[in-house]
Amino acid sequence: MAVTTEPRQAPAQGTVVVGGSDPKIDAHAKATGQTVYADDIHLPRMLIGRLLRSPHRHGMILNIDVSRASALPGVHGVLTGADLPIRYGIMPVAQDEHALALEKVRYHGEPVAAVAAIDEETAEEALRLIEVEYQELAPVSSIEDAMKPDLPLIDGEGTGRQVNRLGTLEFGDVAGGFERADRTYEDLFFFEGNTHLPMEEHAAVAQWEPEPRGRLTVWSSTQVPHYLHRTLAKVLELAPGRIRVIATPVGGGFGGKSDPFSHEVCAARLAMVTGRPVKFTLTREEVFYAHRGRHPVLMRVRTGWGEDGTLTAMAFRTMLDGGAFGSYGPASMYYTGALQTVTYDVPTYKFEGVRVLTNKPPCGPKRGHGTPQPRFALECHLDKVAADLGIDPVDIRLRNLIEPYSMSINHMRITTCGLRECIELVDAASGWREKRGKLPYGRGVGVAVGSYLCGAGLPIYFNDMSQSEVQIKVDRGGGVTVYSMAIDIGQGSDHMLVTVVAEVLGLRPRDIALVTADTDLTPIDLGSYSSRVTFMAGNAAVQAAERMRDKVFAAVSADLGVPIEKLVARDGRIFDGDDPQVGMGWPAAVAVASVLQPPLLTAGAYKAPKLAGPYKGAGVGPSPAYSYTASVVELECDPETGVVDVERVWIAHDIGKAINRVSVEGQIVGSVYMALGEALFEEQAFRRGYLKNPSILEYRSPTFLEMPEVETFLVETDDPEGPFGAKEVGQGPLLPVIPAVANAIYDAVGVRVDEVPISPDKVVKALQQKAQGKEPRVGPKTMPEFDYGEPIKVDPPDQLQFGEVVAP
Amino acid sequence: MAVTSTSKQLVALNINGDAYELAISPTHTLLEVLREDARLTGTKHGCEQGECGLCTILLDGRPQFSCLTLAIEAQGSEIRTVEGLARGGELHPLQQAFGETGASQCGYCSPGMLMSAQALLERNPSPSRNEIKEALAGNLCRCTGYLAIIDAVELAAARMRSAA
Repeated sequence: MAVTTEPRQAPAQGTVVVGGSDPKIDAHAKATGQTVYADDIHLPRMLIGRLLRSPHRHGMILNIDVSRASALPGVHGVLTGADLPIRYGIMPVAQDEHALALEKVRYHGEPVAAVAAIDEETAEEALRLIEVEYQELAPVSSIEDAMKPDLPLIDGEGTGRQVNRLGTLEFGDVAGGFERADRTYEDLFFFEGNTHLPMEEHAAVAQWEPEPRGRLTVWSSTQVPHYLHRTLAKVLELAPGRIRVIATPVGGGFGGKSDPFSHEVCAARLAMVTGRPVKFTLTREEVFYAHRGRHPVLMRVRTGWGEDGTLTAMAFRTMLDGGAFGSYGPASMYYTGALQTVTYDVPTYKFEGVRVLTNKPPCGPKRGHGTPQPRFALECHLDKVAADLGIDPVDIRLRNLIEPYSMSINHMRITTCGLRECIELVDAASGWREKRGKLPYGRGVGVAVGSYLCGAGLPIYFNDMSQSEVQIKVDRGGGVTVYSMAIDIGQGSDHMLVTVVAEVLGLRPRDIALVTADTDLTPIDLGSYSSRVTFMAGNAAVQAAERMRDKVFAAVSADLGVPIEKLVARDGRIFDGDDPQVGMGWPAAVAVASVLQPPLLTAGAYKAPKLAGPYKGAGVGPSPAYSYTASVVELECDPETGVVDVERVWIAHDIGKAINRVSVEGQIVGSVYMALGEALFEEQAFRRGYLKNPSILEYRSPTFLEMPEVETFLVETDDPEGPFGAKEVGQGPLLPVIPAVANAIYDAVGVRVDEVPISPDKVVKALQQKAQGKEPRVGPKTMPEFDYGEPIKVDPPDQLQFGEVVAP
Repeated sequence: MAVTSTSKQLVALNINGDAYELAISPTHTLLEVLREDARLTGTKHGCEQGECGLCTILLDGRPQFSCLTLAIEAQGSEIRTVEGLARGGELHPLQQAFGETGASQCGYCSPGMLMSAQALLERNPSPSRNEIKEALAGNLCRCTGYLAIIDAVELAAARMRSAA
């Protein structure tokens, strides 16, 4: 049973509906089967689309013959790479994808051709009739392969190392920092790739209205309708104004539906070619190939310490296995080095990162995007350092915490930071001091912390435009409709929007109508990624609602003769705060405002303050605020079998302010769940470049039976820039749980598994090595040789340039 | 006309108390027929291999993966889907509780989860937390971490007992 520091029904101080626990406005539609997801859409004359995928890991396409497929009765359209030759990619610096492979294939499962047919069976038959001649190339299957100079380049001609992105940064005098250290430590870690496994398989439907209007509509289970809109315009060479993208409610995303995908582009083109609606729904196996999940990352962390347990320097080196395409990779690479510094005061810091391409499904953003891997490494490393220095793992963290309202060495602006309180809460609640090192053999506790962005400070393509806009329309009858391009992926953005608007207007969330995620109907929101929606769309919604309230107040003030500053909106009324009898109900107030303040239309916008530091790569990491989390995990580890049974998780999260407590706790518990899966079982496992486990049965994830009880604690630091003080909760709580599991295993049985997933075989192997007097550890022993080049040297930030926010 | 289609067969299905007469391909699963022929898209799919539990429906009160059931096999049985859970305009206690505890985030697993939970409560009105976990272990959810679902089933069970 999830518990909190406050009773569930207590609203946040000074608010009526913000801080409450009312059911999400979309909950009942979801529980009755009414919610229409992308695959639930059925249009008259609709065709079914299917993709032919590469059977090879790496190869040249010598010839494609679609004549037999095209001739099959019931087949209405067939596409190959030549039909969609324009490259695209989510990031401007990584425009390296074709909707269908052109000239070469880069991974087993890459789309090569597409068909649209009268039904699924006919479409499948058509795929079997497409003849493709390949010439296989030597595959690149791992980071080690990618570092070899003699394998064929995946992106380019000839042979060489598969370097996709490289970044080397040095902040302050790192050599000096290590010289000042009494002790220096170094560890290697590996984080295996894993995938989102959303329950909903990706789906898209496209419809074309013929020329002269020539308008395309695409419904898709996407987290990023705006970026899909841009991609379709580019690849199809259509003016954006002729394309309407509607993101349908997303049946689980976790980052896996944040790229533009082949099936979306192919659905659109096939609808244009055939003149009929076309639907693509990926099979579960195809979802594993579409991927964009957690990068496998090999890491080296070096730190310098004073005897008193004070950090003097950190050098962090990463190698990311990116799979076959760029995707979000340039950002992912920098994220493996960006946020180490926002939890601890790192006085001097060096980061070296490289992302390589391999012949595997492309990696991208999964919950925590690029930060769970280094967080795992750093928090396990700290545990080892603490043990060596004879300091409690909780205390070594408390001793090195970053201060609220400070700048990190790599120019991240920290505002509110409740990390100290989070640590103290889980320390006390878990009985840490009575348990650590004192539980019977086979039982242990571990601690770790983490931090995450409340929205990437910069948009994916650099521009100075709003990152989110919200419109509000009030009907003459009093109905309020909110318009936002934000898409609910289960994180609760719909309910967040109606809650903050209801709070400002003195209404209830269920009174507010909502139109979302439609590029024709709703103003911009960049998408549901980087935990940005509450902070950015929430602020825009608050501003739009305040402007609407101002209009209604002006009208009511004129009508009743009450000064505007005395008016209050609450419980469906507008009234004089000094004399609540004087006032009127919302519908009457709206009727007056419709006369005195037309039109009852308002809008709000949000753009993050300028936060990026003065260096290349500084665009990754800055955020208008950071959430903070601390966690303690207690588990049992069977030394015979290596099986780990997590029994309880304590987790405290600095949420700023909970907009809805049930939703916030749901995100925390869901993050704990996903973290436990990654820590113990989940891996995108390959054999010679072929994915071994592209099914739900083989890709093992936790069920009800593996999920422990979780005690959650909310820390409310009231962020000065967040809507009602709110920060993010969708991703941050995942971060500390994975290293806390690894650290608890060490406490339980005295071995280190410096590699996730921590499967039973690795635990047993480490225990066997310990019994043989060898190093009681399983994990990487070396990193491939690689020259990261000279670092860009960055001066420490000037504290005077802190920005607009002043500590309260 | 699709070359690969086998000739269709007329089936009579009782779905949520409604009589359906549908011309279907005999190779189609109950999941396909529910979604594509009866247009009851409340029932979801996540694997079509019996691994995720999303497509769970009740067949004569027993939870069943509709992706592993041929539609023609379901003739003569009472089929119950998520669309048949609410009574008229009133939500089923499980649906109500799912909203209150936050048991639906993305909501994609909810239809199958609700049907498994309903089957549990029909045979055991007072399940323990462990009994709930065991009964629902074949239904995967990626969002909630399951605890809110257990809370919802407990809450609904308590209300259904006190109403009974």
